[in-house]
Amino acid sequence: MDLKQLCEFHAPSGDEYKLRAALLEEAKKLCGDENVRIDRMGNVLCFKKGTEIGKPHVCVSAHMDEVGFIIVGATEDGLLKFRCVGGIDPRVIVSKRVLVGEDLIPGVIGAMAIHLQSAADRQRVLDYDGLYIDIGAKDKAEATAKCPPATYAYFDTPYTPFGDNFVCAKALDDRVGCYAMLRLMEESFPCDVTFAFVTGEEIGLRGATGAGYTVRPDIAVILEGTSANDMGDVPPQFRVCEAGKGICVSFMDGASIANRTLYRDMLKIAEENGVPHQVKRATTGGNDAGAYQRAAAGCRTIALSVPCRYIHSGVSVAHFDDIEAQYALTRAFLKNV
Amino acid sequence: MLRDTLKTLLAAYGPSGKENTVAETVKNLISAHVDSMRVDALGNLIVEKLGSDENGKRIMFSAHMDHIGFVVTHIEDNGYLRVNNVGGINPQISNARHVVFENGTEGVLYCQPLKGEAMMMKHLFIDIGAESREEAEKLVQLGDMAVYAPDYFELGEHRVASPAMDDRCACALLCELLMYLDDPRNTVVGVFSTQEEVGIRGAKVAAYSVQPDIGIAIDVTAWGDTPDVTLPSVQLGKGPAVKFMDASMVATPAVRDAMLKAAEEAGVPAQREVLPFGGTDGAAIQHSRAGVPTGTLSIPCRYVHSPAEVIDMRDMEGGLKLLLKFVENA
Repeated sequence: MDLKQLCEFHAPSGDEYKLRAALLEEAKKLCGDENVRIDRMGNVLCFKKGTEIGKPHVCVSAHMDEVGFIIVGATEDGLLKFRCVGGIDPRVIVSKRVLVGEDLIPGVIGAMAIHLQSAADRQRVLDYDGLYIDIGAKDKAEATAKCPPATYAYFDTPYTPFGDNFVCAKALDDRVGCYAMLRLMEESFPCDVTFAFVTGEEIGLRGATGAGYTVRPDIAVILEGTSANDMGDVPPQFRVCEAGKGICVSFMDGASIANRTLYRDMLKIAEENGVPHQVKRATTGGNDAGAYQRAAAGCRTIALSVPCRYIHSGVSVAHFDDIEAQYALTRAFLKNV
Repeated sequence: MLRDTLKTLLAAYGPSGKENTVAETVKNLISAHVDSMRVDALGNLIVEKLGSDENGKRIMFSAHMDHIGFVVTHIEDNGYLRVNNVGGINPQISNARHVVFENGTEGVLYCQPLKGEAMMMKHLFIDIGAESREEAEKLVQLGDMAVYAPDYFELGEHRVASPAMDDRCACALLCELLMYLDDPRNTVVGVFSTQEEVGIRGAKVAAYSVQPDIGIAIDVTAWGDTPDVTLPSVQLGKGPAVKFMDASMVATPAVRDAMLKAAEEAGVPAQREVLPFGGTDGAAIQHSRAGVPTGTLSIPCRYVHSPAEVIDMRDMEGGLKLLLKFVENA
């Protein structure tokens, strides 16, 4: 599967079924039927035996879920009320096309026309209470019949390579990680590796919490997409990371502090192998490293993230060189561990 | 001597995530007094002193080695460092402070002029005397951490102040407990834990691997005896505090009561602590696996999370006696 195919799957947290089934098929081809399983949290865990004895067991993990929406009801005139699944800024969703439910019913997130807004309305950020998905239903009965509460809705954004080797798509967070893992699974490494495609990251590192207990690796390497803010008037000291400047190595975020030795090793390996890299320069946010680090008796963790502009929207943007660097650095690490 | 042990531990560098120097210091202090020592994946130092009774209990004590600090997130062209907080740092309290890095690089933490805003971390920078990025990078890398420069001074006969009192005073207490325990009936597992200040992380995985029958966290608590501060109703010098409740846990009644009983039998005054906020390693132990009966012993500490955290040595001595009796009774 290539990145385009991966991004085109709709898999908000809790609705990962179709993507999981596809990943499972791929994983069986790459690791053998007997080495692949789905755990109780819906994670796909794939084991690759190492070629050498005495190496640590490494878990490479990426989350399969993306941010999306869930229907919670309908108005009398047939507009769907909804909430976000995972963190989505309501400012980025107004007037966006979405697809609703398994049948991918087209819809649009509407807001009152500018002509009808008061001066006060124009100052206010619309929140989920003031936004609706319009699927063209004539009334509540039709809307509810087609899209009952708990139906998921998805960004309807095409996968679009553009400009100087950039790509714009939904779900780059974290299909970039899934893509790197599928490529890594084509080879064997000196160490035992468990490749984990996990669920529910966007709603609180939930799949990884289970996977960490099950896998109990010595080291967990988390492949992620992270927020780049190399734009506009953000001064250099507040730039977290920059798209096109290499894979991000994290020393700390809100969920975990990277193992110091792993962090230093990773920078050294990147240097030695000529992999473009940068240090992630913010300590906010969090990812599955926090869950792996503190599962059972704990493990050493490090996160390698592709910088994504406009992350958690329908139009996140990443650079293909960074996507390649994520694969290259993880591969070099697994060869050297 | 409790005071000497404390002084030794206060001098060690150890922000959250980089506690290995503290762990080495602890090892040197107690290696002759324990049966085993190991360091786990999160850097927790876990030591065991085996009990003589094979039916005895397994009691885990936890004292965290880390303290709050600053992590370098950016190095400016002119050599200044930008930082974020590691744990609960108050920017106002941190302005114009002497800080130090692991390799001994010293710096002044200072605030740029504010334009009508409240002081936040983004306004602070560290001046390490470098005149360019290249010069700064020879001394400090992104991700390196600074702490308030170590300090130790005595206030009157009983009180001592230091930036790392939270929670090195508890580490000192735990070291002394392990030194004084003579052929205990129950097994005592001492966990010198990591990353408490960023979310009680080390103790969580330590409790999982230790699998204790009883858990006791040792930590500092807030104070209610300075101008305009009355809560929690805990005072310095009135004895160690037995925690009833904080935001992270309600102490297991049987453990809490056994601690109060131990205090009484040891002739130690003990205070009853109810803290409407905060949390300790106790929560992580109590919620580990299928649950562990757990209590917390608190050393009252003024000006917590500042460069001059103050405790009273009488509370420390009382705490030591209480814990020795507790282990004997358990």
